[in-house]
Amino acid sequence: MALSLKLNGRTHQVEAEPGTPLLWVIRDELKLTGTKFGCGVAACGACTVHLDGQPVRSCQTYVEDAEGAEITTIEGLDSKVSKAVQDAWVELDVVQCGYCQSGQIMSAVGLLSENPKPTVEEIDDYMNSNACRCATYQRIRAAIQRASEMMEA
Amino acid sequence: MTLNTSRRGFLESAAAAAAVLYVGVRPDGALAAGAAPAQLNPFVKIDADGTVTAIVKHFEKGQGPATGLTTLIAEELGVSMEDIQYEFAPSDPSRYANLAFGQMQGTGGSTAMANSFMQYRQAGAAAREMLIKAAAEAWGADATELTLEDGVIKGAGQEAPLAEFVAATAQMEAPAEPRLKDPSEFRLIGNASVKRKDSLPKTNGTAMYAMDLHLPNQMVAVIIRTPRMGGLASGFDDAGAKAVKGYIRAAVLPNQAGVAVYAEDTWAAFQARDAITVDWDFSNAESRSSDQIREELLAAVNAEPEYNVTGADHAATTEQIEGAAQVVEQTFYFPLLAHAPMEPLTCTIEADADGGVTLHDGCQFPTGPHMALAQIFQLPMEKVRINTMFAGGSFGRRATPTADYQVEAALAFALTDRTRPVKLVWSREDDITGGYYRPAVAHRVRVGLDAAGNITGWDHRIAAQSILKGTAFESMMVHGGVDHSSVEGVADTPYRIPGQFTGLTDVAKATSVLWWRSVGHTHTAYVMEVMMDEAARAAGRDPVDFRLTLLEGGGDDQQRLAGVLILAADKGGWGSAPEGRSQGIAVHKSFGSYVAELVEISGNADGGVKIEKVTCAVDCGIAVNPDVIKAQMEGGIGYGLGHAMRNVITLTGGEVDQFNFPDYEPLRIGDIGAIEVHIVPSAEMPTGVGEPGTPPSAPALANAIAVNGPRVTALPMNLNGVSFA
Repeated sequence: MALSLKLNGRTHQVEAEPGTPLLWVIRDELKLTGTKFGCGVAACGACTVHLDGQPVRSCQTYVEDAEGAEITTIEGLDSKVSKAVQDAWVELDVVQCGYCQSGQIMSAVGLLSENPKPTVEEIDDYMNSNACRCATYQRIRAAIQRASEMMEA
Repeated sequence: MTLNTSRRGFLESAAAAAAVLYVGVRPDGALAAGAAPAQLNPFVKIDADGTVTAIVKHFEKGQGPATGLTTLIAEELGVSMEDIQYEFAPSDPSRYANLAFGQMQGTGGSTAMANSFMQYRQAGAAAREMLIKAAAEAWGADATELTLEDGVIKGAGQEAPLAEFVAATAQMEAPAEPRLKDPSEFRLIGNASVKRKDSLPKTNGTAMYAMDLHLPNQMVAVIIRTPRMGGLASGFDDAGAKAVKGYIRAAVLPNQAGVAVYAEDTWAAFQARDAITVDWDFSNAESRSSDQIREELLAAVNAEPEYNVTGADHAATTEQIEGAAQVVEQTFYFPLLAHAPMEPLTCTIEADADGGVTLHDGCQFPTGPHMALAQIFQLPMEKVRINTMFAGGSFGRRATPTADYQVEAALAFALTDRTRPVKLVWSREDDITGGYYRPAVAHRVRVGLDAAGNITGWDHRIAAQSILKGTAFESMMVHGGVDHSSVEGVADTPYRIPGQFTGLTDVAKATSVLWWRSVGHTHTAYVMEVMMDEAARAAGRDPVDFRLTLLEGGGDDQQRLAGVLILAADKGGWGSAPEGRSQGIAVHKSFGSYVAELVEISGNADGGVKIEKVTCAVDCGIAVNPDVIKAQMEGGIGYGLGHAMRNVITLTGGEVDQFNFPDYEPLRIGDIGAIEVHIVPSAEMPTGVGEPGTPPSAPALANAIAVNGPRVTALPMNLNGVSFA
């Protein structure tokens, strides 16, 4: 079926079968590969994108359900919060293999957008379903705190 | 290393690229320089505009060589880290072999920095001397008056960027003995403020992993693999798949290991695969369960060992233990584990215009797949190319002696008309069920203590599924029947243990097994360090003091192990845990590095353990990139603890019971409160950091739990009496 997706500020006409995960339309059809495939069952968070500013797992979001929403991927981040998060990630050299980090960043932007000064417990709670097999968690936590500081400045 | 005194071999196409300087190694191992990259395969490339590029021979799975090897070039050449780029080397073991592996190009065993340290520094230093020589000639100055720092050559009243002298180096010979910096002159090596080179692309979504490759006109292939080792596909029914839009076709692989399913895109391939049923011949397939494997392993450690690993006198050890004042005894069991790198396995193969093929892969051991592809396609080695991309983790999984997934891709590609690139994609379910696990292992240890609490004998028996037997590496890594990877960390422990006997028995594999971050040390460190704690407790001694006693009077090895133990104990506040907290400590040498970890927990095994803090001390020789080393310790600790807490692969009737992350639950952000890493200052040659952080983590946790809870002798902990908060 033909669909119209609003993604990163642009409208894309795409062709996809109903029930196709948004993840695969983003990656294989639109060829935006910053959004990652990690598990396909919403257990790792590597595929996290924003729908109307809310982090969702694109591997468990049907493409037809995303029609009409503002979809943002890592490539389309462009806000004070996202700049602080990405700057903090680079400043603290959070990444190792890096494969999960797009999803981590999309979740972190979601957290700081609704809670600009999270406690450690709130960070751990919110970020709990984003897995990092390299275990960069100490730095993810620190980078979210650092981004929070940057946002105040 | 001998140095080049001839320009033979790199002058042929000098004119074509006259304004580019390359410095590298020739096939005979000599340092060489010139303008013909095809002949030199350099470590450093300088374009006419002065752009400096380090050619990195190790793949980047997060462990840091893209930063580390680049640092070595930048340091000796005299450019800032901001002004140097990097790219991954092509597959060519004659130039890019891992010096620790002989004639093989590959990354593993935490060797990337150790084997590159002198090689890359020499390449950078040679380039510096050539540029300075060119400047000296241009300025009529003495080369000794000139310096190259931050990309600028200065001296004799002159100053110019290095770019001005690149062209002049094209006809120059590499210096016979480039002077390397004295460590006191280092500006980048050892500098904690040097940043990772790959942070930005991995933070904005532009980093390209093999999973992200999308070649024009490509097909996606997924494989339906045998659910039991040794099963053979004899046919399939794809009637259901024909309704899937984008499904192309399916074909039994030539080796019958499975059925390849081809589709226009990934989702179509997954959908089509689910709609295909395969006819399997299981007549020679594995049918054992993991419970049976466990029983076989436990029986083996209670019988006379197949191999006496070190040739120690077993009868004497037995006698020393029998006659001891007290005997401490434990039996241990370690289950199969999956690596589960974040990026599922994937690679792409395409045909090249000259009849060759290119493999696009986050390639860990290029030489293996290179040879395998040459054989499958009946091509000379030079017509097989490997484009190494970022790898989304590995932990050992991307380096199989069989080149398993690259061979799958090659077989799938070979079954097509080869006009369309084939991208092989593994799902997470493929990964979790796909074999190549950390082997299941059992240990049984009996330690004799005299009345004063001194060890009189240590009888250590291991039963394991050998990683290396039956592989291409057997002749290199199995000696006298002993697979060293089964006993490393026990047979070669730096502890000076009186009457130590190490026995090994091999038990048949029920699934394919593979090295897993820190290989044998994944279980040997656990057993050694838990037994040290048990013995110290039985002797009524402090666990740190007890260990130090066994390191007294030793050499460098013992002193360095003691050094990290003391540092971790000191920094972690050993013996002064806050109210309600328990501490455990462990120390282990692996891959040439010494690591101690102190784990502090709250709660207990019944009510729920929470890991509050881990304090780590590491001695890995010269710390080239201290922040990368810290990151590797943090990651290695997390990897070790997460699996010890709750990961297990089990088999029922030869089939894997787990499927995906929900039943192979990864470590999560809240599982560890804090990690603090301290690096021992050292002038020794650099050693590994990718793996050594993992081994001490689980035994340190076990030792903390045992303070007011059970002694955990089988993993994972959550299935063996420990709940976690």
